[in-house]
Amino acid sequence: MGTGHAFDEIWGHGGPESPRPEFAALSQWVADTPQAELHKRQQSAEATFRQLGITFAVYGDSDASERIIPFDIVPRVFLHEEWMRLSEGLVQRVEAINAFLEDVYGERRILKEGIVPPELILNNPQFRPEVAGIRPPHGIWAHICGIDLVRTGPDEFWVLEDNARTPSGVSYMLENREAMIRLCPELFRSFRVAAVDSYSDMLRETMRSVAPGARGGQPVCVVLTPGHFNSAYYEHSFLADTMGIELVEPADLIVDDDVVYMQTIAGRVRVDVIYRRIDDDFLDPLVFRPDSLLGVPGLIAAYRAGNVALINAPGNGIADDKAIYSYMPEIVKFYSGGEAKLPNVETWRCREPQALKYVLDHLDQLVVKLVDGSGGYGMLVGPTASKAEIEAFRGALIAEPHRYIAQPTLALSTVPTVTDTGLAPRHVDFRPFVLTGSDGVQVVPGGLTRVALKEGSLVVNSSQGGGTKDSFVLLPEGAPAQSQVQS
Amino acid sequence: MRIAVEHLTQYRFSEPQSRLVQMLRLTPSDTIDQTVLSWRIDIDCDVRLRDTVDGFGNKVTMLYAEGPIADIAIVVAGQVLTTESNGVVRGSHEPLPEGLFLRETPRTASDEALTAFARDTFGSGRDTLDRLHRWNAALAARFPGAPDLPDAGLSAAQAFAAPTPSSRDLAHIYIAGARALALPARYVSGYRQHNGGESAPHGWAEAWVDRLGWVGFDPSAGISPDESYVRVAIGLDAPGAASIAGSRLGQGREEMAVDLHVDRLGGDA
Repeated sequence: MGTGHAFDEIWGHGGPESPRPEFAALSQWVADTPQAELHKRQQSAEATFRQLGITFAVYGDSDASERIIPFDIVPRVFLHEEWMRLSEGLVQRVEAINAFLEDVYGERRILKEGIVPPELILNNPQFRPEVAGIRPPHGIWAHICGIDLVRTGPDEFWVLEDNARTPSGVSYMLENREAMIRLCPELFRSFRVAAVDSYSDMLRETMRSVAPGARGGQPVCVVLTPGHFNSAYYEHSFLADTMGIELVEPADLIVDDDVVYMQTIAGRVRVDVIYRRIDDDFLDPLVFRPDSLLGVPGLIAAYRAGNVALINAPGNGIADDKAIYSYMPEIVKFYSGGEAKLPNVETWRCREPQALKYVLDHLDQLVVKLVDGSGGYGMLVGPTASKAEIEAFRGALIAEPHRYIAQPTLALSTVPTVTDTGLAPRHVDFRPFVLTGSDGVQVVPGGLTRVALKEGSLVVNSSQGGGTKDSFVLLPEGAPAQSQVQS
Repeated sequence: MRIAVEHLTQYRFSEPQSRLVQMLRLTPSDTIDQTVLSWRIDIDCDVRLRDTVDGFGNKVTMLYAEGPIADIAIVVAGQVLTTESNGVVRGSHEPLPEGLFLRETPRTASDEALTAFARDTFGSGRDTLDRLHRWNAALAARFPGAPDLPDAGLSAAQAFAAPTPSSRDLAHIYIAGARALALPARYVSGYRQHNGGESAPHGWAEAWVDRLGWVGFDPSAGISPDESYVRVAIGLDAPGAASIAGSRLGQGREEMAVDLHVDRLGGDA
């Protein structure tokens, strides 16, 4: 599948000779900087990432258990107006996700009114009855959301996936920016780019804002990690470091009398807010998996008693489940009262016989995904798959249709990318981060751009050969420039 | 019937523990046919207790104890007044819809043999209540006199293939068969007063019948619970309704002993 028809975010539809007018300067910069120089800077950035330990584990790859994600030096740029429109849609979507979670773990109006089939919630392992009836502090469930988007034209954005559990990748956003400031300072002189290094402050304020009750003084916030064997440990320690809060492991926390404490050399310190990077299953062995050695016994009792805020709330998986995704336009409309500003990608639910028939008839044109899969596994990209792959997938689909959804292959936008044979357009997606605290919803002005480095490939997952780029959000004309701190 | 319960659970540790956190589902709730007259939980050492509920609406007591703890005894004592309702549960607090109780758990996992037996037994009649009774009778006939035993951790499918499943196992088999036929079913833990004496808390099943609500079935006795039963907690399976879920910080082994008396008192209402 070629990239010829795709919208290029810098070059438009015309190619390097006729960039979009707003991007003439960037296009010029790319053209003027020698290839060797771009390569050199890129390698320097990657060397830093390797040194920092920003690696990820590749599942099912025994040769390279930990790799760094390749970095591409050409940034992806959002114009201010584009960003404002996008932000409105993101805020609406995240508000709907929170309203949905409050509802399904409370009154369940959305089921009573027949908007979503009840069995899709009640029979879904992501719906956790163990936390039903709990109202989290300040009524917020999804404090940190990563919304995966793709773009097909100047104003055409589509939501590919919501992440309301523990969206990762924010350390890439921050480290990519730091690398860009160091390696390409001239870009920040010619473009007025919104700073992203305020993310840690934003997150810390969000955490503080959802602390339960008023105990007086500063609430105590911690980051809870499964430990240094976890592939995202770098991000956990990085976030705790930059927020200036403690990084703890489950064994550091105890619950007494429905209150959570951190055990320190100086004694017990009461904990108000936990940014947990541990899956629900391993949070509390008394409530979830009894065989878990990781959890904090009594944590859910403390949470139910309203004595601690958990970021994000347990049970959030029901909101970003792929089976629920296809109902998101209806869900957004149900809670916001208006049409979704950010559309979904058209989705066939293979659990529905007519949809299944259509999907089986068009496997060579569709992307078929496991409802409960992630990381690009259990996925068929029809247009690039071999006949044998399609037939193998057909069998799996017929055997368990309820486990799959299908979507058209979109002509994802491209951004010029450094390749062995010079600059070339490569497909990208985008994960912006949205924070919700008791004082409202904020969209971080930046995000994680993932790029499919293989020519024509639409799979941007890092586990499948994807890379990342910095994502610039331009400030409005006349706004004071924000300092970009290089630490 | 006026029923008195005295239920002692004792844990002994081979080495002293530095902390204990336990979640106790040991307190019955009122329904139209079950009135809790008195109920208390006593612990033989210094602990902090907090009353709460779980997501299923069960009454829960959280127990927090600091060590060193070599042993701990949890004593439950109370009286409950029950009336006969033919197994129909009336006026219970139900925070979750019946549709939730269609989901399979590892302990209620069925297999072809169990599902086939259920399908044959249930038949295709339209009277759900009648079909559920038939299923209850068939399990009681196939596994007569299933005893109350400590949990062996079997799945419903494994228990169905075992020579002598316990009452808990039988309830899991009941639930698995009902769910396989798209009938919501769940586990109940509680007490049963009967003349054979009691050695452990009892477990049975409840299934959903439109227009009636939850109806109890005890395949170990081949009947629907009568006024000799005290409902305490419900869950998707036995672990989900467990009387005690515990976690301890410390080395060594633990031994658990149970002493249970469920007696019928005179002066019935």
